[in-house]
Amino acid sequence: MSVGPAKRERPLVLVVEDYQDAREMYAAYLQFSGFDVAEASNGIEAVEKTTELQPDIVLMDLALPRMDGWEATRRLKGDSRTRHIPIVALTGHALAGHADGAREAGCDSFVTKPCLPDALVAEIRRLLDRPAPNEDNDASSAHPRATKRQN
Amino acid sequence: MTRAAAPVGTGPAIDSEAKLEFVEFLLTSINAQESSRRAVDWLIAHTAATEAAVLVADGQSNQVLLVAEHGISAGAIIDFSLGRDATAHPLIEALSSPAPVYIEDLPIHQHGPLASRAFHAIPLRSDAKEPGQGLLLVAGAGPTLDPGAAWMGRTLGKQISRLLGRQLLAETRFGQERMLLYSIINAVTDPILLTDTEGKLIIANSHAEKLFAAPEEASEGWRRAAGLNNMLFSAALSTSAVGMTELARRELLLVDPLEGSDLLFELLSSRAKDERQGTYVVSILRNVTDLARAKEEIEESYRTLRVAQAEVRDERHRLDLIIDSVADPILVTDQEGDIVLMNTPAERLFNTPGIDDETALRRVRANGANLTSFVSNVLTRSGEQRYRGEIQLGDPVTGRPLPVEALAGTILSEQGELMWVVTILHDLTEAIEKARLYEQLKQASVELERKVTEATAELAEQNELLRRQHIALEQASALKSQFLANMSHEFRTPLNAILGYTHMLLNNVTGQVSDPQRKSLSRIDSNARHLLALINDILDITRIEAGRMPLNATTFGVGELFEEVQAELEPIIKRSNLAVTTKVRGSVPKLRTDRQKVKQIVLNLLSNALKFTPAGSVTMTASYDTRLKQVGIAVRDTGVGISPDDQAKVFEDFRQLDASPARGYGGTGLGLSICRRLSHILGGTIDLESTAGTGSTFTLRLPAKAKRR
Repeated sequence: MSVGPAKRERPLVLVVEDYQDAREMYAAYLQFSGFDVAEASNGIEAVEKTTELQPDIVLMDLALPRMDGWEATRRLKGDSRTRHIPIVALTGHALAGHADGAREAGCDSFVTKPCLPDALVAEIRRLLDRPAPNEDNDASSAHPRATKRQN
Repeated sequence: MTRAAAPVGTGPAIDSEAKLEFVEFLLTSINAQESSRRAVDWLIAHTAATEAAVLVADGQSNQVLLVAEHGISAGAIIDFSLGRDATAHPLIEALSSPAPVYIEDLPIHQHGPLASRAFHAIPLRSDAKEPGQGLLLVAGAGPTLDPGAAWMGRTLGKQISRLLGRQLLAETRFGQERMLLYSIINAVTDPILLTDTEGKLIIANSHAEKLFAAPEEASEGWRRAAGLNNMLFSAALSTSAVGMTELARRELLLVDPLEGSDLLFELLSSRAKDERQGTYVVSILRNVTDLARAKEEIEESYRTLRVAQAEVRDERHRLDLIIDSVADPILVTDQEGDIVLMNTPAERLFNTPGIDDETALRRVRANGANLTSFVSNVLTRSGEQRYRGEIQLGDPVTGRPLPVEALAGTILSEQGELMWVVTILHDLTEAIEKARLYEQLKQASVELERKVTEATAELAEQNELLRRQHIALEQASALKSQFLANMSHEFRTPLNAILGYTHMLLNNVTGQVSDPQRKSLSRIDSNARHLLALINDILDITRIEAGRMPLNATTFGVGELFEEVQAELEPIIKRSNLAVTTKVRGSVPKLRTDRQKVKQIVLNLLSNALKFTPAGSVTMTASYDTRLKQVGIAVRDTGVGISPDDQAKVFEDFRQLDASPARGYGGTGLGLSICRRLSHILGGTIDLESTAGTGSTFTLRLPAKAKRR
């Protein structure tokens, strides 16, 4: 079982987003906010990079080419090597079905686009500040919390 | 003529009992005539005599009188007359003869009272020395005198001489005549009475005695009836007695004393004058009871007959009226097929007294022929009581064809032979016309049905078309919603980038920005946010209209909702400098509905109130209508208010009353429209009360428990 670095100085965030402008915007802001950032532009890449890089958190857009975010999340949460990594789902659809789907797939948190970079950073920090889940901890037991919709 | 003393026979001795009985009778009798009559009877009964008579010599009239007889005709009695001075007469000679004389051959011219001309004449006297007072004549036993007759001669002779004085003899003679009269009047079957002028009875025959005289042994009823009859008779007589000289005739009602029934008599009375005795009235009563009864009966029968006749006439008249009043022709034909009776409608078809038109006559004959053939059909089917057929007749005057239904019934005599055929004709023209109309109607109905079927098919086709259009529309609507949803997603992605980069620039992520740059970036930011709000609102509306806004019912209190809404809008409230208060009026139950949507509505209403109220206060009040089980949430402000004309418009899409580009209030103009839609899907309403310039109150009313949709 692969275990990520015990404690990184800067937590590694994997930003999974097919829309380059948004991906790079989040990456830039996260780096500005003190995170290391890895990027993936589709679901398959997301699964590979998570397994490989063992990021501290994954920011997962749900509408992705090749493999969508729900499937990728399911796979990550179904894999013991990556199960412990929190996943924040990111969706443009405000429809209730999307949020439900995301939770069912195993997302730890759920953010509706548009999400301002600082709100996203706040959500990531919130999740990371939680007591570090130990190996045996079942990630699916973590209660997802919907973010407030901006208006 | 032989005249000799007759030898007395020594025949068988007469029964001494009979003799004794006769002698006893003689002792009690004081009447010579009665004694003589019994003596004659005795001789006939006890001796061989076939004829007997008693003659008595009347000293006063010097005549020999017949006082008793047997076997002698009434004519002979009347004819008999013999004077004592006719001394040559054998009977006168015999009178003074000392012994019985046998007269063998009485000459015809010397009348004798007996039919027989040979008889014994026995002088009647007390002893042989005296001359005979009378003679006993006995015939039939031959020349020898019967000892019984001889005994009788002696016995009766003593009796006669004892009883017979002059006076008695006269009476006897008178009695003889009276007896004759009696026997005559008794022979008359009508009651005959001789009365004085007062009606007092002098003589009555036996029939009258029955009516007017009651014997000693008669019953009380009989006596009373006889008394009554006497009174009635006297009354009848006295009413007409005065001045009556000739025959009077009147009716007299009497009572039958034995039967008690009424008897009606015709009373014929006339006066008879007698110089010595005065005036008598002779009345003859003729029983006309049976006659009267018969007459009455005849009269009654006649009356009955007359009544019956009248009834029959009335009946006949009524029947004629009835039959004539029947519009259908009725005919009665005899077994020969000849018409014996018909009513007026029938006459129009079969009789032509007033018609001399040749064509009409021909038609009448044709009708008659048709009827005859029908009736002959009926006659041949004698087994059936009823017969039905159709005959084609024609109107004699117009020649119009007249199809009729003929209904015949047969009338049988008591012996079961066919007497008459009664035929009723019923005009079928109307029926045929009706049938034709019915056929037309049926065709029309079929036609209508066909049209209805066509129309129905067309309608079904159109329905199908509509259904398809509806499906297409639903599909289009779903596509539209999908499109809008997709579009809003697609809008968000670039907006996300715009907002993100603007944010980063404003946060100096890419280096310090100058103030003018910051100002521009802020404009970009606020416009992007407005665009985002619009996109979200449109997405909400789209979802509501697509019916894809799921309801998530939870239970919550209005108070806590108020707090939450206030907290959320706290920065705006602070900025507005308005007094915001909340009230819960009375007891408001917890709501069971979609909390998120109620909150969205209340948030919207409160933020609107804050937005459109420059100064004053905003009050949120919760109340409960127990009758409707509705929770009301009212948001009242003291703001600009809305004029009545505009009040309906505020709930329309993209409607802000100030539509100028430089709007001072912000917002998308979709808020109230969404609120109203949300309230509807929760089963509630939103109302508005407002006065321009003084403020508005928006009231959300929701069922305390949302119905499941």
